[in-house]
Amino acid sequence: MTDSGRRTPIRVLLAKPGLDGHDRGAKVLARGLRDEGFEVIYTGLRQTPEMVASAAAQEDVDVIGLSILSGAHMTLVPRIVELVREAGMNDVLISVGGIIPDADVARLKAVGVAEIFGPGTSIGEVARYFREHARPGD
Amino acid sequence: MTEPAALLTAAIGGDRRALSRLITVLENTDDRLPTILADLLTAGRGAHLVGVTGPPGGGKSTLIETLTAEWRSAGRAVGVLAVDPSSPLTGGAILGDRIRMMSHSADTDVFIRSMASRGVLGGLAATTWLAAAALDAAGFDPIVIETVGAGQSEVEVAALADTTVVVEVPERGDEVQAIKAGLLEVADLVVVNKGDRPGADRAARQLRALLSPAGGRIRRAAPPVLVTSALERTGITELVVAVDRHRAVADQPERVLKRAEGRILRLVADEARARARANPEWATEAQAVAASETDPLSAARRLLGLPS
Repeated sequence: MTDSGRRTPIRVLLAKPGLDGHDRGAKVLARGLRDEGFEVIYTGLRQTPEMVASAAAQEDVDVIGLSILSGAHMTLVPRIVELVREAGMNDVLISVGGIIPDADVARLKAVGVAEIFGPGTSIGEVARYFREHARPGD
Repeated sequence: MTEPAALLTAAIGGDRRALSRLITVLENTDDRLPTILADLLTAGRGAHLVGVTGPPGGGKSTLIETLTAEWRSAGRAVGVLAVDPSSPLTGGAILGDRIRMMSHSADTDVFIRSMASRGVLGGLAATTWLAAAALDAAGFDPIVIETVGAGQSEVEVAALADTTVVVEVPERGDEVQAIKAGLLEVADLVVVNKGDRPGADRAARQLRALLSPAGGRIRRAAPPVLVTSALERTGITELVVAVDRHRAVADQPERVLKRAEGRILRLVADEARARARANPEWATEAQAVAASETDPLSAARRLLGLPS
């Protein structure tokens, strides 16, 4: 899909579904990923699963990054994964960042989340993971 | 991967997911022309292309959200291409216009696509016109193109859009800013947004006075100046009426010809840049210019294979 040996930038949708009160962390990550050469579509706070899925489909992103601090991940994330797959986006890499109890990590992975990034993860680690795992067909 | 031709057919048939993937293919064609270019352009339905430009923070995205609501209530499907700048250092970008337009996210007849400028100056990405053609083929009309908020020099949106709306704010600076050459010269409509703030009407009056013909060589009629408040939803209906009405002006033969020239020149510049960079002598020439062994103009002509 890329030609002349030049890779086009990986497109990432960063969204904060649910009722989190602030998005400082998500903005820091957006900025960090920009500096790593990603194209970051930032949609802001209080997104419904439907809004996230629709934005991901229209923007044709390679990666969806969900930032959740509210503890509602077990209701929000499986629904988003379901809507995204229903929209025919089978290759898109879905990752979650935030405070996720260990017990839920396996359950989120079982519904199709590729990776979970907890507190203290560096932006470099996230960028490396996205680069290695986005666009599986490429 | 599905073939571009199949994506185009599906997009024309109303498949939004195919449209989205088609735009990705067009965006990633780099300096080659997409193989489906002829089919893409033939499939166009003549949508009204509306450019929205102006300084950063002027409220372009929010204004587009309210305009979109107005067009939607008239039953029109609206396409939006929102361009934000790519980092010249890393190629990365933060595309943040969509955040202002989330009220339409559940509506399948509003298609919003963020585009990074990908190294091109002037407020548009090189492939914005192709993405607009795809939205046109898919039946969106109008198609709104929001440029990066660069300000004075991004006049090329006027070559792409049928109607160019320049969005200003009340605190736009003194009168000399308005008579500098550039952005305001290409405006078909001027909007003073944030009209809820003090000074909006005065700014509009100043702009009207400054934009009225001063005689001389430019015979273009002065653009209407409107005051809007995207926040309070005032002036929006009037702006939609003015944009829709401008379509007739935009379709005049001399205007169509002018846009055609602008579009060709833009692509000529892109093509020349790509060719120069692809020339194996590129690095050598750059070093020679850096060392003052030759001059940039001679180097440019050699890289393009022109007689020096």
